[in-house]
Amino acid sequence: MADLDKIRKLCKLMINANPGDHFSTLGLRFVRIEQGKTVAELPYSEGIVGNPETGVIHGGALTALLDSSCGFAAVAALDELSLCPTMDLRVDYMRPAEPHKPVYAMAEAYRVTRQVVFCKGVAYQDDIDKPVALCVANFTRLDPEISAEMAKMIEPFLDGME
Amino acid sequence: MSALSDVIEKARADKTPDKVIEVLPYASLLGMEASYETRPDGENLLLKLPASKSNVGNPTLPALHGGAIGGFMEMSASIHLLMQLETMKVPRVVDFSIDYVRAGRLEDAWASCSVVRQGRKLVNVAIQMWQSDRQAPIATARAHFLID
Repeated sequence: MADLDKIRKLCKLMINANPGDHFSTLGLRFVRIEQGKTVAELPYSEGIVGNPETGVIHGGALTALLDSSCGFAAVAALDELSLCPTMDLRVDYMRPAEPHKPVYAMAEAYRVTRQVVFCKGVAYQDDIDKPVALCVANFTRLDPEISAEMAKMIEPFLDGME
Repeated sequence: MSALSDVIEKARADKTPDKVIEVLPYASLLGMEASYETRPDGENLLLKLPASKSNVGNPTLPALHGGAIGGFMEMSASIHLLMQLETMKVPRVVDFSIDYVRAGRLEDAWASCSVVRQGRKLVNVAIQMWQSDRQAPIATARAHFLID
């Protein structure tokens, strides 16, 4: 079983520890992290608009949201503390996101193998049954030795976190 | 004519793709730049993603955020179509698929797009992204766009 407390802290660390990085530029935050599942939120901002005539956000910002939520779902599906680089990702855009409203992404890791974590995600606003976008994304697992080394380096930071 | 179509028309006539970036907020947020390069087979639009902390996802390596890479490639395709096609509206993305083949380092990166097939309503675009070595892409992607 994954140590959810540690994984939540790792996620918080990745999102908050580096002000000015891509997470903070987008204002991305995680609403929920469970075993192999996450919900993330992308607030609406003028900076992510793709079409200035409609104010609709660009698909690329949704890609970033879905990549992040699926990526942490993959991390939260593992027994060991690790990070999972994205191998590939496909997004299908169902409808434009309504301007001036946040977009949420619910992601799930549905199969973990020795080398790969298979994930799927859905981006939505008010109603998850009216998705803005659907995605499938696969993530690679790091070698156990590299994961162990990374965990050793990061754990002291996590222990000091609330 | 809308303000946007004026900008697009002028950018096409003057070959100044940077002017399109200026009016697309998400392209500006990523810090994108654009210019034309001369290739053996003619002029080619080159999109640039200058190294910037605001596109970093993993600070320890440091590595570009996979979302910034994907967003840049998708936006590159949008700009490529706006510069190349007749359309005066921003093309609407239908689907986007990306393969991350190498880690994106905190260095300048470039993308180049090609229209694989243009139909009446749908366009299929292939996108390549690389850093120091054009022959060693960090990601390849494809997308479908709807044009009106």
